[in-house]
Amino acid sequence: MADAATFPAHPTTAHGSMARPTVQAPPLTPGKVAIWLFLATEIMFFTGLIGTYIVLRAGSPPTGYSNLYPPATDLTYVLPTKPEGLKTYAWPKPYDDSTNPLSIDLTAVNTFILICSSVTMVLGLSAFQRDQKRKGALYTTATALIGAVFLGVQVFEYRQLMFVHHYPIGVSASGHFTPDVSLFASCFFTMTGFHGAHVAGGVIAMSLLAIRSWFGAYSSTNYNSVEIVGLYWHFVDLVWIILFTVVYLI
Amino acid sequence: MRYWSVFFGVVGLACVACFAYAPFDPEWWLPAGPDPKVSHLHSASSIGKEIDALYVIILWITGVVFIGTQVALAWAAWKFADAPGRVAVYFHGSQRLELIWTIIPAIALVFITVYQFGTWASVKFKSSQPNVAPLAEVTGRQFQWVIRYPGPDKKLRTADDVYTVNDLHFVKGQKTLIHLQAKDVLHSFFLPQLRVKQDAVPGLKIPVWFDADQAGHYDLACAELCGWGHYKMRGNVFVHETQAEFDDWMKTTAREQARDQVAVADAPEGK
Amino acid sequence: MSHEHADAGHTSGTEAAHHGHGHDHIHPRPWNPLFRYVFSTDHKIIAIQFLFSGLIFFVVGGLMAMAIRWQLAWPWSPMPVLSKALWSSQGYRMPPEFYNKLFTMHGSVMIFLVVIPILAGAFGNFTIPLMIGARDMAFPRLNMISYWCMPFAFVAMLNSFIVEGGTAEAGWTSYPTLANSPWSTPGSFNGQTWWLIGVLFAGVSSLLGSINYLTTILMLRAPGMKMFRLPMTVWGMFITSILQAFALPVLTSALVMQLLDRTAGTNFFTPAGLSVANGPAAIGGGQPLLWQHLFWFYSHPAVYIMILPAMGMMSDIISTFSRKPLFGYKPMVIAIGAIAGLGFIVWGHHMFQSGMNPALGATFMLSTMLIALPSAIKVFNWLGTMWGGRIQFTSAMLNAMGFVSMFIIGGLSGIFLAATPVDMHVHDTYFIVAHIHYVLFGGSTFAIFAAIYYWFPKMFGRMMDERLGKVHFALTFLTFNGTFFLMHIVGLHGMLRRTADPTIYPLLNGPGVVGMNQFMTLSAFGLGLTQILFAANFLYSLVLGPKAADNPWKANTLEWGTTSPPPYYNFQTIPTVYHPAYEFSVPGVVGDFLPQTEPRPPIAGPMDPIMA
Repeated sequence: MADAATFPAHPTTAHGSMARPTVQAPPLTPGKVAIWLFLATEIMFFTGLIGTYIVLRAGSPPTGYSNLYPPATDLTYVLPTKPEGLKTYAWPKPYDDSTNPLSIDLTAVNTFILICSSVTMVLGLSAFQRDQKRKGALYTTATALIGAVFLGVQVFEYRQLMFVHHYPIGVSASGHFTPDVSLFASCFFTMTGFHGAHVAGGVIAMSLLAIRSWFGAYSSTNYNSVEIVGLYWHFVDLVWIILFTVVYLI
Repeated sequence: MRYWSVFFGVVGLACVACFAYAPFDPEWWLPAGPDPKVSHLHSASSIGKEIDALYVIILWITGVVFIGTQVALAWAAWKFADAPGRVAVYFHGSQRLELIWTIIPAIALVFITVYQFGTWASVKFKSSQPNVAPLAEVTGRQFQWVIRYPGPDKKLRTADDVYTVNDLHFVKGQKTLIHLQAKDVLHSFFLPQLRVKQDAVPGLKIPVWFDADQAGHYDLACAELCGWGHYKMRGNVFVHETQAEFDDWMKTTAREQARDQVAVADAPEGK
Repeated sequence: MSHEHADAGHTSGTEAAHHGHGHDHIHPRPWNPLFRYVFSTDHKIIAIQFLFSGLIFFVVGGLMAMAIRWQLAWPWSPMPVLSKALWSSQGYRMPPEFYNKLFTMHGSVMIFLVVIPILAGAFGNFTIPLMIGARDMAFPRLNMISYWCMPFAFVAMLNSFIVEGGTAEAGWTSYPTLANSPWSTPGSFNGQTWWLIGVLFAGVSSLLGSINYLTTILMLRAPGMKMFRLPMTVWGMFITSILQAFALPVLTSALVMQLLDRTAGTNFFTPAGLSVANGPAAIGGGQPLLWQHLFWFYSHPAVYIMILPAMGMMSDIISTFSRKPLFGYKPMVIAIGAIAGLGFIVWGHHMFQSGMNPALGATFMLSTMLIALPSAIKVFNWLGTMWGGRIQFTSAMLNAMGFVSMFIIGGLSGIFLAATPVDMHVHDTYFIVAHIHYVLFGGSTFAIFAAIYYWFPKMFGRMMDERLGKVHFALTFLTFNGTFFLMHIVGLHGMLRRTADPTIYPLLNGPGVVGMNQFMTLSAFGLGLTQILFAANFLYSLVLGPKAADNPWKANTLEWGTTSPPPYYNFQTIPTVYHPAYEFSVPGVVGDFLPQTEPRPPIAGPMDPIMA
């Protein structure tokens, strides 16, 4: 703790945004401390959602989902009669069309798209650090666009699930996959929805960054904002990889 | 100015006085059983006796700490009050004192914890559940307790089950087991005189066990907020002196229930 | 010690390096009153905004408490004013659900709109930059946004009263399935949704504030202000912010899930096939107990969010008015840290009787007992601070002593509740109501009074009336105990909380319990009336109080080194700090205090490296 006192105190930076150009980039700016703290709060928020998912999934009874009845139907009086072809699950199984409507192939491609945007983000930052302003601007723009493509695919997926496709009874009593039809649907839409909202926020920030970068706002002496938005972007990317794993793959 | 210490002292004293008076007044102490011949300091259930003893131990320990700290506060306010010529002592603390007042409370707290474990295990752990057939299935719903007894065949969920509303009967001195559940929102099954409390949760079936060593009437309360009528969700508990008396009651109730179902229209005299 | 010297040399070097352009960046104060007083980015103005809105809602929450007490003393008898205004068509009789609305909103308003905003929002904002020697927060504009989230919370909470069905009535804990089934009770029809939105906004405000506080404390300390030279107030705010940053997002996720349960039909907290009030069966599949875990994962740390800043501020006030160094400064810091750390693993003690696995309950009992330890250490250290001092009984000090005295009661009654078997009897009774009020009124609120008396001169540049302050303290202390102490007794006797009419139970209808309830109600009215004295003192002093000197209490921390009230930029020059804030009555120093900006004379000898 005593080491903390060796940080130079910056009474002068107390005003205005931390994105203000500084002559030499200090090792640790308040902006960077704040974004790390913000990401910590975000981790706790997603921990709340993912933790809920894990607890609910673990607590789901072995007959929670089946291929012949809508989710969460009470099968106490059905099971003793041993209906033909009845398969029950505690939770929808990946690639099992009778209980799970999610298209893993589409989303795998989408995950790859999002990972690509993280790569362009890294390239963009390193371009600014080496004072290659045009290249940096190009990469930031690419990142914003790829993020938007990810969102587009997600919107398409939602539309398919909620309105276009008609699913078997084991997925939903109504035939459409909407947040109210099962606990799985509730978890799916809440988790991916909040992640999508975070990506949307990131795309907006990234677009502002891209626009400013075309006017040469960032350089080897001033890339603090790029770094901060980049940290957020990588975080959102990382959360998606966890979500894709727990919601789609397992 | 030092008279402020008297002010703090008097308030502290009043607090102690409340708890010193409490054991002498049945309305100031933990609720007692219905038998007026038994002292109100005597809890009506075996769990209650243990809980009361634990309560009294904690009361003594905390009482000593309370008196000690309040006396220290009042004494310091008296002794070290600002006065002309007085100079405060300059020191930053004492490692020895810090150690003392860390270790002694730590020991006391761990002692209290360990001392409570046994009772907690015997009232809530499934392993200490009495090996008896459940007396009834108690279901909380807005705003009443529905109690379903097995009826004459001693089997729950059969045609001859007996239902009562807000009316729980069991036999004195017998370990009694119920299955607690809720139909709509959370409720809490609370027997103040028997020191039993357990939330009823929709979707869960929770075993609860208790006994009573005095026959008579007890209260059943809902202790968890359950909606606009929460305050009136009161049940009655009736503890029968003997098994025979209980069986009689059960027979009568079963008969009345059967008559209700088939012959309400034919029986203008009601009941 | 050589390390300290080397460090001091280093920091004075950086000070020289940065001072050169130190003044260049002082922005002019905005002239437009809209940006000067309303959408201000000045931490001192924002602090005053938090304080004023908090005090206004304190009145609202307090009046609800009066109505609650009226009902408990004289159930269903017509209430002054309210009965005539609202229930003239129902025979002037309060409907039972209105009682549930009263205690729900009393708790929610007091916790989310009064105690947290005043302690963390008002005093955190005011003290942190001034006490660490900064010109403002690290992110002044974020700070402004953090305040302006609150009006959304105010509007949502107030709006909940006028929607169909009225305001929320599921308690401030909002347990499903009562809270998320719209037909379960009138308040769950619409009011609960607005309650959730209100708490969400208050949460976002706290979250933004906590990130700002942490960054400010880590990055903007004046030269020489090492972490272990921070005043306890700042330590309290620092640890509180950590708690908020890590616990609040979990509540946010839970609030969002309940909101979705209510509006989008999700099934998080609804068990399979649940039907409430003969409504249609839900699909469900969720778990009502999950909400309790998520809620208490935040709301138990929230209890510490409401007491740690108070503990920090009281440490400063007690040391200042004992004219004596704080007893065991570093142990005090460690104790606060320990409370926060343990605070994350005790949430289950709210759920001993909830149907949670009883083995888990036993574990939570152990962690809960252990958390009493650092609290006890703090109490002993406060007493040690007073011991051997030269105690000045100012209004601030008296309220701080009241805080210590009452916090002891709140802490000790907590032990009964932590003991799982005893909790089985006292859970959800008035014993727990007494406990929370001894901590949140006896603790936090006395601390708020003390802090207002103490920092009022610095905030507004005028002194409050001391004589009126002492009368206010004495009456508050008496009526407070009159209101809440007997709640322990009736609680032990089995009186249930959140019950509109306890006399329904024969057990609680005896003359003793009814009499105690009436006595508590009369005391509560006295407590409420006494606050008029405070309001009068506050408002009068604001306008007509005598002008305050820069350092009226002869305190050591940095804020007393600047003018009262401080200029827009806080400090003419950023001060340099030489020692912790508690160098009172140092031998060989003229006067009995030594501001942090003045070096200790060699004659005082080396500082105790472990305690100070």
